[in-house]
Amino acid sequence: MTSPLWQHSAAKLAALVRTGTATPQTAAESGWDGPGAAWETDVHAVVHTDREARHAAAASADRGGPLAGVPVLVKDNLCTTDYPTTCCSRILAGYHAPYDATVISRLRAAGAVVVGKGNMDEFAMGSSTEHSCYGPTRNPYDLARVPGGSSGGPAAAVAYGLVPVSLGSDTGGSVRQPAAFCGVYGLKPTYGRFSRYGLVAFGSSLDQVGVFARHAGDVATTFAALAGPDPFDATSRTSPVPDVSGWDSGVKGLRFGWPANLWQAGVEPVLVDALERSAVALERAGATRVPFEFLPGEYGVAAYYLVATAEASSNLARFDGVRYGHRSADADDVRALYTHTRSEGFGVEVQRRILLGTYALSSGYYDAYYLKAQQARTRIRHEYEAAFTRCDFMLLPAAPSIAFRLGEKIDDPLAMYLSDVFTIGANLAGIPGLTVPTGLTATGLPTAVQLLGPEDSEAHLLRAGRALEVGGDVTRLSRDHEVEFAWPTKR
Amino acid sequence: MSIDKAEVARIAELSRLEIPAGDMDKVAAQLSSVLDFVATLNQLDLEGCAPTAFAPSDAPLRADERDGRRLTPESATAAAPETEAYFFLVPPIVENVNP
Amino acid sequence: MAYEAVIGLECHIQLKTRTKMFCACPVEFGADVNSNVCPVCLGLPGALPRLNDRAVDYALRLGLALGCQIRAESVFARKNYFYPDMPKNYQITQYDRPLCEGGELPVVMDGVERRFELTRIHCEEDAGKSFHPERVGERRISRVEFNRAGTPLLELVTEPVLHTPAECSAFLTGLRRLVRALGISDADMEKGQLRCDANVSLRPVGATALGTKAEIKNLNSIKGVEKGVTAEIARQSRALDAGEKILQATLLYDADHDKLAIMRTKEHAHDYRYFPDPDLPVLCVSDERVSLVRSTLPELPWVLEERFIEQYGLPAYDASVLSDPPELAAYYEACAKGAEAKLASNWLMTEVLRILKEREWPLERWIQQVPAQRMRGFLAKVAARELPGPLAKQAIEWLADEAGTIDDLLARHDVRVQSSAEDLLPLVRQVIDENPVPVSQYLSGRTATFGFLVGQVMKKSGGQAVPQTVQELLKKELADRTQ
Repeated sequence: MTSPLWQHSAAKLAALVRTGTATPQTAAESGWDGPGAAWETDVHAVVHTDREARHAAAASADRGGPLAGVPVLVKDNLCTTDYPTTCCSRILAGYHAPYDATVISRLRAAGAVVVGKGNMDEFAMGSSTEHSCYGPTRNPYDLARVPGGSSGGPAAAVAYGLVPVSLGSDTGGSVRQPAAFCGVYGLKPTYGRFSRYGLVAFGSSLDQVGVFARHAGDVATTFAALAGPDPFDATSRTSPVPDVSGWDSGVKGLRFGWPANLWQAGVEPVLVDALERSAVALERAGATRVPFEFLPGEYGVAAYYLVATAEASSNLARFDGVRYGHRSADADDVRALYTHTRSEGFGVEVQRRILLGTYALSSGYYDAYYLKAQQARTRIRHEYEAAFTRCDFMLLPAAPSIAFRLGEKIDDPLAMYLSDVFTIGANLAGIPGLTVPTGLTATGLPTAVQLLGPEDSEAHLLRAGRALEVGGDVTRLSRDHEVEFAWPTKR
Repeated sequence: MSIDKAEVARIAELSRLEIPAGDMDKVAAQLSSVLDFVATLNQLDLEGCAPTAFAPSDAPLRADERDGRRLTPESATAAAPETEAYFFLVPPIVENVNP
Repeated sequence: MAYEAVIGLECHIQLKTRTKMFCACPVEFGADVNSNVCPVCLGLPGALPRLNDRAVDYALRLGLALGCQIRAESVFARKNYFYPDMPKNYQITQYDRPLCEGGELPVVMDGVERRFELTRIHCEEDAGKSFHPERVGERRISRVEFNRAGTPLLELVTEPVLHTPAECSAFLTGLRRLVRALGISDADMEKGQLRCDANVSLRPVGATALGTKAEIKNLNSIKGVEKGVTAEIARQSRALDAGEKILQATLLYDADHDKLAIMRTKEHAHDYRYFPDPDLPVLCVSDERVSLVRSTLPELPWVLEERFIEQYGLPAYDASVLSDPPELAAYYEACAKGAEAKLASNWLMTEVLRILKEREWPLERWIQQVPAQRMRGFLAKVAARELPGPLAKQAIEWLADEAGTIDDLLARHDVRVQSSAEDLLPLVRQVIDENPVPVSQYLSGRTATFGFLVGQVMKKSGGQAVPQTVQELLKKELADRTQ
């Protein structure tokens, strides 16, 4: 019995389209007709889509590309000409961008079909997708739990099978943490490897578009299709893109760092167990474990919540009701236009972060807060650089807990921020990170681990991710051996 | 408390945000708790650490040539709340007052 | 009480690049509303800036011409404030690490060379344009458009080293001349291509501490700067004499009524929260690049002016007029070949510039109609005394309107210039014969009648005689008659 199209990996799906066995149209709609029909109402991963736009995108898809006919859901903070772009905020209600983000153009050039926009925490500020103006996304593995955030929609859509690949964005962990909560792969590349042109800016020096997929190989294919310099983004890297074509070549001879001090306390036992199992698997596959102590992530969280909010307070100033988006009806003078529009349009968490960021930059506080945070950032970068002289990549948790319950952390911003403790460092240092799913708990909830490497080490991370995918069994490394995905079951 | 209501009012003003009077205490408390946490940075040894401000880029600068990405006046104003003859309309700007 | 004014100027120079500072939209005057905009300069979500390489070159030209130190690594910063003509509600500018620092502008005033020190020059982007409130039915609204948003600007700040309104206008005149000579800006103040704010404070003569300064904005012409600064000095003097304290303020100058109005500013409005723009890398300017720009600088206008004085023997005033704009200086030099340097300067400064003004012609049009070669032909004829004064003034208009050499023109208009002794001697002799009384008066010492006799010869010649030749011949004939 052949499995339905929607269950395929992107690699398999693209191969079927390239040989003409499947069409982009059937590939794109299979997700909607199959699991979409059963899951989407409960999960609510998608915020903007319509059949006509999907058909049009499928009709013009390049049937020869590496992602030929592959349906992709993209986070609602990526500009698309064929769907609204609202960042799940009232302040951008109904906004249609007149241009495609560069990564969207590259997706399309690779043959992929953009099928809609994924739910997110408003303006990417959040770790649970509970701060969306469209309502939360639920974790497909337990609808009472969050999918993580801020890219909860794209992560969940891949987990339940709406699409094989989706795009999110990661500023402090917003791809890697929801990937962990939803049991899928999540890659944040080296800063500057994916163009940010058309990604609505949150923390400009931290933001990167990221990739979700159910299979390590699909992450590699998508990375190769999207990575590369963009003349429209002055922060994009122009040095040669890492070659990830050998993602299934194993980890023999590689060394992985083991900073166990980081999870001595505060990390759930099932996740510590996942780390141990992963270390053993990597050793089994021929890698060497290098234990050392590493700087705790709390300093990074502190630095992050100054730098990211400072940049955000400036980036979000453009939302003022003048040129696009919401405009308050109560706007008799320009000051009222600004203040009422923004107070009506931005949610509570966004307003909180804008205030924090404005404070950190304001006269008299700049040195104590923003500047100090940027210095801490340098220190953190040095720590990673030193660590990576002793190993090729590091193994550590993606989050301190498995997916928490809806409503559990929403009233305690600080608790929510601290759930980013393992992911934030990579954004501060500009290094790549990959979440690798490690199976379900006894109660059917996803566990995962995280791999971090130096700049441009995506090839190593993907090789390690693949090695973990096959449980360290080098006889099954080859990409011809596709690992069965642990699908969520409808409860 | 590291940040009081007067401070919140000042930064809300700079941010063009209006905090309802009844929420001021809560907002001040939440911001203060974040700022108190952020003070842990003072425990870090930052000797010899210059502020990171830039992602490195080796790209050449843009040549002074036109490209095809200009918008038409129609598409430039299509998303605007209020326009007239391709101008954006706003409430009256009074010249010697800062809005 | 005698006060000394201490003035610093903050100038914005709009660069004449093809595209904007951070995007590839065209920079042009008078385009249709919102037709030169893109996601970047409109501040759409997701857009990112990309620095214009030529703008950096132009900044280097100005910095090197003024003797500034060029920073090898300079930083772009965000200046955060809300205003309807600001698409991002922050301006990308340079703050604590600008591209150029120090430097000075040499200016000759009353024959003395002065050097006005500068603080810095940096790159930034212009805002869009907003238009005064108007009525639309019941409502009042303002209009905003963004063609100008993102246009490259250089901000140039002087040290507080100016002391009089005249120094301010001399400075601006010199700056305008320089940026035109460098080819980086047309610096037309009416088009907003050169703008100026003045910071003015007073202190008792002899004091060293600075008084409280006021910022004067909306100075839209060089004359306006002079008058606005004058008005502010008067306002502060009156206030100080009355025992009042000067409050730090921003004032708008109204040129039509020669009045100053205080801007109402909210407290804390100017906390700009500068921080390095994370979307733009550090601007690295190599030694090679600086050397290349330095080696391709044109002759600086004050150097050219000095050379005009020495090489062509021009008085200082002539040299300063002819040195700006660069097209005029080049035209002058092309016309001044040979011995006619002073003649060329006289004719250009008086007649040609007058004609341009009357006809409202741009200089380019004159140069097209009367290339230097034609002008030289004309000047040679005047120098050879073959074209007397009133006739020459007519002939130059013909040059402007018609084709052909000067000889062609004279023939076409049936003009015969009588310049030779052969032509004129008979006339001279006739006049002497016909006017015995004035002649004998001249011969007995009343030299004043000489002019009368010259006039009679001119009349007889129908105005076509060359006066100097007439005078010479008349003198000689009269001298002969005494013998």
